Amino acid sequence: MSKSQCYHCGTSCDTKSFVKEDKYFCCNGCKTVYELLYENDMACYYDFQSNPGAIPTEIEDRYEYLEKQEIQEKLLEFCDENSHIVNLYIPHVHCSSCIWVLENLRKLNENIISSTVDFVKKEVRIHYNPKKTNLKEVVLLLCAIGYEPYISLDNLEKKDKIVDRSLHYKLGIAGFAFGNVMFLSFPEYFEVSEFWLEKYKVVFRWLMLIFSLPVVFYAAQGYFVSAYKGLSNKILNIDVPIALGILVLFVRSSVEVIFDLGSGFFDSLTGLVFFLLVGKYFQQKTYSYLSFERDYKSYFPIAVTKITNSKEESVQIQDVEAGDRLLIRNQELIPVDGILMKGKAQIDYSFVTGESQPVLKESGDKIFAGGKQLEGIIEMEVLKSVSQSYLTQLWSNAAFNEKPISNFRNVTDAISKHFTLAVLTIAVLSTTFWLLNDPSKALNVFTAVLIIACPCAIALAAPFTLGNMLRIFGQNKFYLKNSQVIEKLAKINTILFDKTGTITKNRKKGIRYSGATLSYNEKILLKSSVRTSNHPLSRLLYESMGEVEAITVDEVKEYAGKGIQIKFKKRSIKIGSESFVLKKNHSTNFDTSIHVSIDNHYKGKFTIRNSYREGLKEVMDGLKSIFKLAIISGDNDGERKKLEKILPENTRLLFNKNPEDKLNYVAQLQKDNSEVAMIGDGLNDAGALMQSNVGIVVSENTNVFSPACDAILDAKEFAKIPVFFELSKRAIRIIHYCFVLSFFYNIIGLYFAVTGQLEPVIAAILMPFSSISVVVFTTILTNITSKKLLS
Amino acid sequence: MSVIYLLLSVSVLVALVFLVIFLVSVKSGQFDDVYTPSVRMLFDDELVKEKIKTKN
Repeated sequence: MSKSQCYHCGTSCDTKSFVKEDKYFCCNGCKTVYELLYENDMACYYDFQSNPGAIPTEIEDRYEYLEKQEIQEKLLEFCDENSHIVNLYIPHVHCSSCIWVLENLRKLNENIISSTVDFVKKEVRIHYNPKKTNLKEVVLLLCAIGYEPYISLDNLEKKDKIVDRSLHYKLGIAGFAFGNVMFLSFPEYFEVSEFWLEKYKVVFRWLMLIFSLPVVFYAAQGYFVSAYKGLSNKILNIDVPIALGILVLFVRSSVEVIFDLGSGFFDSLTGLVFFLLVGKYFQQKTYSYLSFERDYKSYFPIAVTKITNSKEESVQIQDVEAGDRLLIRNQELIPVDGILMKGKAQIDYSFVTGESQPVLKESGDKIFAGGKQLEGIIEMEVLKSVSQSYLTQLWSNAAFNEKPISNFRNVTDAISKHFTLAVLTIAVLSTTFWLLNDPSKALNVFTAVLIIACPCAIALAAPFTLGNMLRIFGQNKFYLKNSQVIEKLAKINTILFDKTGTITKNRKKGIRYSGATLSYNEKILLKSSVRTSNHPLSRLLYESMGEVEAITVDEVKEYAGKGIQIKFKKRSIKIGSESFVLKKNHSTNFDTSIHVSIDNHYKGKFTIRNSYREGLKEVMDGLKSIFKLAIISGDNDGERKKLEKILPENTRLLFNKNPEDKLNYVAQLQKDNSEVAMIGDGLNDAGALMQSNVGIVVSENTNVFSPACDAILDAKEFAKIPVFFELSKRAIRIIHYCFVLSFFYNIIGLYFAVTGQLEPVIAAILMPFSSISVVVFTTILTNITSKKLLS
Repeated sequence: MSVIYLLLSVSVLVALVFLVIFLVSVKSGQFDDVYTPSVRMLFDDELVKEKIKTKN
């Protein structure tokens, strides 16, 4: 560990600052955390991984509301006299030492009975003694050691999360039955007519029948339900032939066993259900620590401080009414629209718009809900209640309330209609043939066709391809809500981008100077000159020259849109665009630059580093041939020219759109039969993200909150967007290849079935073999394809 | 002769016991979080070591 790094959090720090026992810390907070851990004999926190932990945020009386009884009651998962259990979401949990510290909370506060971390969900369940401590103390302890929990309005509402474990149960039962039936049917495969086997055959067969009962009636339940739903909606989905196959398998096998006609197909039956469930399980991969369902409630605090008769009191957000006076502290969120009454507000609206530059407000200005106060304390008067504020009103829009009707036909269902019809035709034709030639075999052939054509391999192709692709996307920091999103991505033909925060970077803009070196006097002159101008670029340049002093200049002439000319004593300075300063224009790059000449000598230029994301041009160029592109922004069209230079020609640029407009624009496009992907970031895109076919959120930090969407993309991987779209298309193509492969197996199987030669052993070999080979085929193909495209 | 019945029932019983154990473990939530316990298991050891160290 190098000396210039903080021992606790790893941020670089100068060696003079906070030192304790030859260890260096970047701030008092980190030092405190260290001491806290050290005192309690937990110093080996530092042995596990170099530099774990986080800087504690300033803790004020922000958590006062946790002392309120009614809020506590809603937050607690369990409460009686002697114990309280609370489940808190802690976004900072990121490494194994986090688990260690959080699970040893009881050493820091002896009134905490136990704490358990769910690392994947980033949650900690704390069990404490309410007689000796309280929720506020527990939360403050968490803050003190750098694990500030995130408590939002959302926590109050959904309390009981029902964990669905039925797939595990089904998988267990189907696997159990499959294994046992396999053993029991093994002797029959070899047709040994050994005395003892002959004698006990009946017992074995009845046992198999019993084992298959829970498989058919419990584990395979989902397929029957889905097939029934499909049929009642007049859709032949893939579950129809599957359910039919399972049913026929079971009935025919049972009849064979009951009337002692044969051994039945219980091995194929249980195997089929088991493999199908494995496919379902594989597809189910979810990123439980990322939430795709958030609305404004996840951003908003539970309570705010209200001032009544100069007394502070915390009230629940829902109880805030127009006319109330609220106190907003440093780092707190403004929950409602209102008027700033006291104090200077520096509001960060990056949650809402994606713009990270804080906005300055003076008292008397209107402030909108969703911003975060950055400095000091302000007081505001409420104009509208929470649900009626400008931002939150969006959620009353129909797009959020209507349950999306899934009229989306996935790639498997699209083929299953033809498949089912074909199988039924073959079954009927071959049965008729045998009825005419050898009626005794007709029923046998009919059922055999339905059994062997049961589309196990087809049904497995999509789950495994998409499930694997989902994992590959996840490894590349593109997290999808579920595997269906890939199919939707493959169909997209129009892509909308938000501007601020999505195609621009969130970080501060940098300025670089290139040209002849400026003397200190010249710098003074330059700074003094730009001080006179209110142009944003001048402000930026002025701020970048922090330590240089400024003087008053003699004469200023401002040429709108070009630059400024300043006279001071005998010197004159020209600052501005290339054409203004140099009287010519041959620059081709997109970066904004400020050119400087002093006394008619060209000095050089300040280049403002483009705040657009790296690779934006490549991304757009990569997309333009396949997709219709558009930029939709809430900002004014000040950057239109610059954008036009970077973006491909046919890109539509829409400015001054409010959140509602964005939503409506998406809806409009969809009416014209476009499949729209919206790529955005802030809450103001929430409507459009919801309405679009695929809503993708670009996020600089996937741990912080993003609005409801279908996919979350780490901003660092922005340049890979075209690849992700391409890979989705390839995935669908691979599924089609798998279909071809499984048709091939079906044809082989059908040959045996139609000719009346289907033995249980053939079915028992063909069915698992076709399924496994399809799974192997698609796994290899998706891995090769993605490796090729992503490297 | 009837030993085969005995064997069969014993084997099925054993299999059933395993099935029940699996179902109970799913029910108790063992499969809800499959990552954290793997880490937690390692920590207990570290803690013991740490205690010995401080005693010395």
